[in-house]
Amino acid sequence: MLRASWLVARKDLAIEFRTRTAYFSALIFALLGLTIFYFAWDATAVAAIDLAPGVLWVIFTFSGLLGLQRSFGVEQADRAMDALLSAPVDREAIYLGKALANLLFVIGVQAITLPALVLFYNLPIADVILPLSAIALLAAIGLVAVGTLFSSMAVNTRMAELLLPMLSLPFFVPIVMAAAGSTAKLLAGRPVAEAWPWLRILVAFDIVFIVACTLAFPFTLEE
Amino acid sequence: MTLPLTRREQLDAVTHRSAQPDWLLITGFVAVAAVYVRALAFTPPEATQGAAQRILYVHAPSAFVALYVAFALMAVSSLLYLGLKDEKLDRLAESSAEVGLAFTTVVLTTGPLWGKPIWGTWWTWDARLTATLFLWFIILGYLVLRDAIEERGMRARYSAVLALLAALLIPFIHLSVYLFRTMHPMPIVAKPSAPSMPPNMLITFIAAFCAFVLLYAGLVRARYRYATLRDLVADEEAR
Repeated sequence: MLRASWLVARKDLAIEFRTRTAYFSALIFALLGLTIFYFAWDATAVAAIDLAPGVLWVIFTFSGLLGLQRSFGVEQADRAMDALLSAPVDREAIYLGKALANLLFVIGVQAITLPALVLFYNLPIADVILPLSAIALLAAIGLVAVGTLFSSMAVNTRMAELLLPMLSLPFFVPIVMAAAGSTAKLLAGRPVAEAWPWLRILVAFDIVFIVACTLAFPFTLEE
Repeated sequence: MTLPLTRREQLDAVTHRSAQPDWLLITGFVAVAAVYVRALAFTPPEATQGAAQRILYVHAPSAFVALYVAFALMAVSSLLYLGLKDEKLDRLAESSAEVGLAFTTVVLTTGPLWGKPIWGTWWTWDARLTATLFLWFIILGYLVLRDAIEERGMRARYSAVLALLAALLIPFIHLSVYLFRTMHPMPIVAKPSAPSMPPNMLITFIAAFCAFVLLYAGLVRARYRYATLRDLVADEEAR
């Protein structure tokens, strides 16, 4: 099943790598978001280091949605989804493959946005780069687990573009809270142990929703 | 031996029933009205909060019905639907969601009305408040999702999946916000020690719970009957 998932993921990544449109639009959206947020606050009244965690996670969430929209959107053209479903692989494997491709997509956006944030907001992250990356990875997993499932549902509805954020955002609340909460602790120079309760929530969220969404995915397909 | 009813006969039966007065619903409304009268005229005001405390008799039962009856029933019937694929369960989840939305709205409006004089603020990001607000958002999203899908089987499956994931999500939101400090009054009746409420108030409080559950049951049954009728008419037209 893992092999089949990897094949599905590789197919999606190959499509994305050849067109690159979704990646670059998500990336540019994220970078634009960073700059706009900076001017939405009075920089002399609120220190950039206090803004940064919130800005970072709001932007990751929204740019992630752009990528998730595409995930099952590409299967709509020429009813490519039917071909995928008739392939001799488990439906759970299709979900995991799609989620894996989306995860790499989100990590790709984070890999550029995070350094850009450090640069623009002048953040001292040298000491916390590893725990921060771990938080980013855990948050991305939770985001993608839920988002991939809702993406497969939203494409089959009227107003798919509106429905995906409406369904996903409530589910991103614990992720954003935990990720921003722990990022704030780390950037403030607090020991990693203080961010631990938040990290536990992230890990628990990831485990619960990967299992639940993998089990639920077959129900979102045509029978 | 009874033969299964034809669709036409089912439709006739449902139409005939909907012409009768809905006694369950009427009793529910009367019971809630009676509780209002008792709470406002025959229950003494609380010593420190004064008249503002009386909103408890609306707020707490609505919250109980919204969270532990309406939302729970929505999640359970969704889970059963995915296993049994019985349309009745989907209609039950749909009805419970819509009635639950009404009760959640009551919770979210009566809460701030009480919060302003007692806490000094309309809203605070406390664990219960946040979880209830997101429950409200999710039920709205659930109803919009149902509206956005034409095909009935797909609508039932998708909304069941959403309801189940939401049932997993609400504890997470509650827990995350709980990591910040919480400000909501702690339970005063359903707790391990004896209820800390004078008997006079306690009777009103318990009566209010019963009245709201009765009203909920009446509303859900009426809404469920409407859904049945709507689906039967749709089947009739499709033929």
